[in-house]
Amino acid sequence: MNDFLSMGGYAQYVWPSYALTFVAVIVNIALARRAHAAARAEARRRLSIEGEDR
Amino acid sequence: MDWTWFHRLASPPHVYRIAGTLTPWFAWPAGLLIVAALYGGLVLAPPDYQQGDGFRIIYVHAPSAWLSLMIYSTMATAAAIGLIWRMKVAHAAAASCAAVGAWFTVVSLVTGMLWGKPMWGTYWVWDPRLTAQLILLFLYLGYMGLRAGIEDTARADKASAVLAIVGIVNVPIIRFSVEWWNSIHQAPSVMKMDRPSMPADMLVPLLMMLVGFTLYFVAVLLVRLRAEILRRERASSWVREAATA
Repeated sequence: MNDFLSMGGYAQYVWPSYALTFVAVIVNIALARRAHAAARAEARRRLSIEGEDR
Repeated sequence: MDWTWFHRLASPPHVYRIAGTLTPWFAWPAGLLIVAALYGGLVLAPPDYQQGDGFRIIYVHAPSAWLSLMIYSTMATAAAIGLIWRMKVAHAAAASCAAVGAWFTVVSLVTGMLWGKPMWGTYWVWDPRLTAQLILLFLYLGYMGLRAGIEDTARADKASAVLAIVGIVNVPIIRFSVEWWNSIHQAPSVMKMDRPSMPADMLVPLLMMLVGFTLYFVAVLLVRLRAEILRRERASSWVREAATA
């Protein structure tokens, strides 16, 4: 296990690379989902305002 | 030839619905492929005879670099379709690409620097490929800045589409930079005309990662596209159904 973590002496370069990529993958999922949820919420808000107008 | 499918692709409610149906079909295979490729790349693949375990950075660097170029090409193509056929959905797709592309351009640059330090002895050199990749980041940021600076969506679509299309010249420059100039960057290991210069146990995880990242991007793009369509179509009646479903 220690062998694996030390990456043959390249740990300080390998693990930050994987960590950054992991963060980018997760953040882009979160940003996309948040954008969609926000657009839906905004559409619902407008529709409810229109509903009251009638 | 029957062009119905093309016209339906121009219909926002149709695309919104299809995108929602398709997303899991890209997301799940992407997740499985990436997890399997992680195991293959970090555990099963042997250390490189020159670069030791440092070579394993390739499993995140190459897919990110591939995405940065593939996303830009997608963005420019969608922008061109939007300009030529005045297709709003295509403009929405182009706009949905930029932020994801910028993210993975940064990842490709930083993981490249983290590989360069132990292998070349420096984080950065003003090498043709590295410089062109940095310009790619500025193209993405310029595209996003331009869109953010123009209030009217139709005008933002046109102006940013021109920028995206002009910027496409940078993509072949990045792709072929290591062949055209004496680049410090190593030559391609996978995407070349003859056979890949990697043994199978190193190559297979890399190919899985490349396919996994591509499917991942399609899934993220589909979700972003739905958000973008909803935002643009807020005045349309079909949105009522879509927002409350």
